[in-house]
Amino acid sequence: MIFHDILIVGGGLAGMRAAVEAAKKVKDVAIISRVHPMRSHSGEAQGGINAALANVEKGKDDTVDKHAFDTVKGSDFLADQDASEYLTYQGPETIFEMEHWGCPFSRTPEGKVAQRPFGGAGFPRTCYATDKTGLYLLQTLYEQIIKEKIKVYEEWVVFALGSEGDNCYGVIAYDPHSGELTPVGANAVIFGTGGIGRIYSNTTNALTNTGLAMAAPYWAGVPLKDIEFVQFHPTSLAKSHILMTEGCRGEGGYLINNKGERFMKNYVSETVMELGPRDIVSRSIQTEILQGRGFPDGSIHLDLRHLGAGKIMERLPGIRDICLNFIGIDPIYEPIPITPGTHYSMGGIDTDIDGACRMKGLYAAGECACVSMHGANRLGGNSLLDTIVYGARAGKKASEYVKDKEKGPKVKVLEEAARREESRIAQWKKGTGEGNPYKIKNELSQVMVEGFGIFRNEKDMAKGLEQVKELKERAKKLKPAFNGKKYNYDIIGFYDMKGNLDVAEAIGTGALTRKESRGSHFRTDFKTRDDANWLKHTLTYFNEMGPRLDYSPVKITKYKPEERKY
Amino acid sequence: MVEFNIFRYDPDKGGEPYFQSYKFEPEKGMTILEGLLYINENLDPSVAYRASCREAVCGSCAMHINDMYRLACKTQISVMGSKITLRPLSHLPVMKDLVVDLNPFFEHFKEIKPYFIPREAPPNKEYLQTIEQRKKIDAWLDCILCGACYGSCPVAGKDGNYLGPHALLKALRFVDDSRDGGAKERIAVVARENGVFRCHTVFNCQKVCPKDLDPSGAIARLKMKAIFKKY
Ligand SMILES: Cc1cc2nc3c(=O)[nH]c(=O)nc-3n(C[C@H](O)[C@H](O)[C@H](O)COP(=O)(O)OP(=O)(O)OC[C@H]3O[C@@H](n4cnc5c(N)ncnc54)[C@H](O)[C@@H]3O)c2cc1C
Ligand code: SF4
Ligand code: FES
Repeated sequence: MIFHDILIVGGGLAGMRAAVEAAKKVKDVAIISRVHPMRSHSGEAQGGINAALANVEKGKDDTVDKHAFDTVKGSDFLADQDASEYLTYQGPETIFEMEHWGCPFSRTPEGKVAQRPFGGAGFPRTCYATDKTGLYLLQTLYEQIIKEKIKVYEEWVVFALGSEGDNCYGVIAYDPHSGELTPVGANAVIFGTGGIGRIYSNTTNALTNTGLAMAAPYWAGVPLKDIEFVQFHPTSLAKSHILMTEGCRGEGGYLINNKGERFMKNYVSETVMELGPRDIVSRSIQTEILQGRGFPDGSIHLDLRHLGAGKIMERLPGIRDICLNFIGIDPIYEPIPITPGTHYSMGGIDTDIDGACRMKGLYAAGECACVSMHGANRLGGNSLLDTIVYGARAGKKASEYVKDKEKGPKVKVLEEAARREESRIAQWKKGTGEGNPYKIKNELSQVMVEGFGIFRNEKDMAKGLEQVKELKERAKKLKPAFNGKKYNYDIIGFYDMKGNLDVAEAIGTGALTRKESRGSHFRTDFKTRDDANWLKHTLTYFNEMGPRLDYSPVKITKYKPEERKY
Repeated sequence: MVEFNIFRYDPDKGGEPYFQSYKFEPEKGMTILEGLLYINENLDPSVAYRASCREAVCGSCAMHINDMYRLACKTQISVMGSKITLRPLSHLPVMKDLVVDLNPFFEHFKEIKPYFIPREAPPNKEYLQTIEQRKKIDAWLDCILCGACYGSCPVAGKDGNYLGPHALLKALRFVDDSRDGGAKERIAVVARENGVFRCHTVFNCQKVCPKDLDPSGAIARLKMKAIFKKY
């Protein structure tokens, strides 16, 4: 049976950074990833990564404490403040480390790492490498994986944990190259499986960002935390929802309605304008559209023309390429039609500040995890930082955890877990229902946009949750159409579908129960934040019949919750 | 109506590969990748291909589309016409349908020491690099390791040991970086017989690269460096 002292699930930034850190102390470290590391979703990140470097004139008074405060305020005070502080205090060191590994950041005239303004931040704090920051960071970490000769199981997909009681002993993964369901033992497993955007139809996320990223630990009894908090990015291309980075507004882009008006002045102060935090800007755009001030195609315009060809080509070349290739528009001459799109999951697999889950030997970091440092709304540029800072921390803590452990797999536990998955697949094969997982996923993603989108209310959410439950019933009866062993993407589709459905139900249940508005969770029937009753984290436990909710306190260090004004 | 003619091969069954035709009504603005998703969803879930980002940055979906290697997600059906033939990347073993084994491609990549080798010990903060120095590497950075160049390269087809355009381009990315000190080691690798001097300057790689990179130009530059030992 395959065994590794530390096994990392996910070859994105969080997973690879965890692997590099773990390999400093532990000899036997391996990564399992459903896509080749360089195909990970992190590579799509455009705008940049935050750290209070104070490298540019306008940011010279920036400090890590100001970064921490902006993060906590952005979170609508739901973040655990010790977690936000650790994130931001590690910021400068993290950027220097990536730079020392060769990451090609853009430069200031003095030759330092360049920084640009981003939403919800008091200073230009977002370090960038043109508008391809994620790609270059991903390359940099993949290069370290090659250098350190860390083994990668490419395109293996984890379907389940191999756990017993409160202990995690490995995973059950599908190896498409052999076609086998394969148990992989480990003393510690670190999840760095990324986001779940594909639960929604209007997402900026990659096709592989499904509920399965969080489902395996969830099914095994590990709670999801604050999973109802889903971030809607203000600017994604109107039809395909390909992201238009916040950097567009950071560099000075305008948001314009059909009256030709920079409408953000009606929602935030004139000094903030387009650079409000994402939840507020998305709601403002959606309000403009709902009140009839959108363009005929239902969009709002992101206008970069006044920046001029030079700045657009130098700072936003990737954005221009996407516009030219995917919608045939050159932003130098024409405005870009955008709408908000489902972008990021603040919630995720519940961990403590060490990345450790409520199951021994299990860790999580990056977007799949909820520590929580982003609370109810993440600031742009904080997620890339999160993946690297907490990826490293989880890697370090896991390597301490495995130090005195015996080096070998818990064969019985893992074999039994594999059998469980085999019988689940066998059960599917006996299905009698019509349709296929793609159809269920598509319908679900529509239900989620309608029921659990930017504006939420009791009636629509209750209806949405009913629909999710109906889809779950239908999904149980489906039958795989393709029974081949090797490269059976159909069976992966079944697991993605089940992951989407169960995590969607968790989002829905948490959202319906939380009777307040906070950050990205905005209810038209409870429009204000209610700290007396709801300043607490939601914990959602899996149950076939429907999730069970519990709550845990928010850690407050020095920032007293106050009204959030921009 | 559009017809997709797709290369099919099933490793469970073995046998000879064949082409299978699928006809459907495309939506306006549909890409080849969206066409493949449509086929999986409505006509045949067994067709295998790789895809993830759907925005031309992850490098998953390179394949031969009609006349050329392209990214399926970046190619419009309407531009390709009503008959579209899809084949996997060449010079690499086919695993199933449009999925090839990329291991040889990545093994070559690893040969050129594709990681930063510092020129100097790291300072307390960042290494300083001027805007001009940074500009020097700009043209070599954007490779997404899609394999289109490799599939289109006749030298890679004849000689499985040839490092390939992607690996050589990556070598120059470091050689031209003012902060990197590994030029000598890397030039030694690329100047071996399976390296830059195997290139016949056919320019296919430059023609097909979906990120508009110029591996041929990079190879020419590396040749000069190898000959004149200027690094
Ligand atoms: C378009 C876009 C632009 C963004 N831009 C920015 C930005 O400018 N700044 C910023 O801070 N944030 C940005 N974000 C957010 C940020 O990019 C992500 O949150 C972050 O990259 C997630 O990294 P990760 O390592 O957690 O996950 P990912 O990079 O998504 O990696 C997940 C990995 O897990 C693997 N995996 C998943 N499930 C399984 C499974 N079941 N079995 C095996 N492997 C599995 C995948 O193969 C993948 O390798 C952006 C997000 C999007 C969508
Ligand atoms: S050089 Fe271009 S074609 Fe070749 S692998 Fe890189 S991105 Fe693809
Ligand atoms: S799907 Fe990522 S490049 Fe085409």
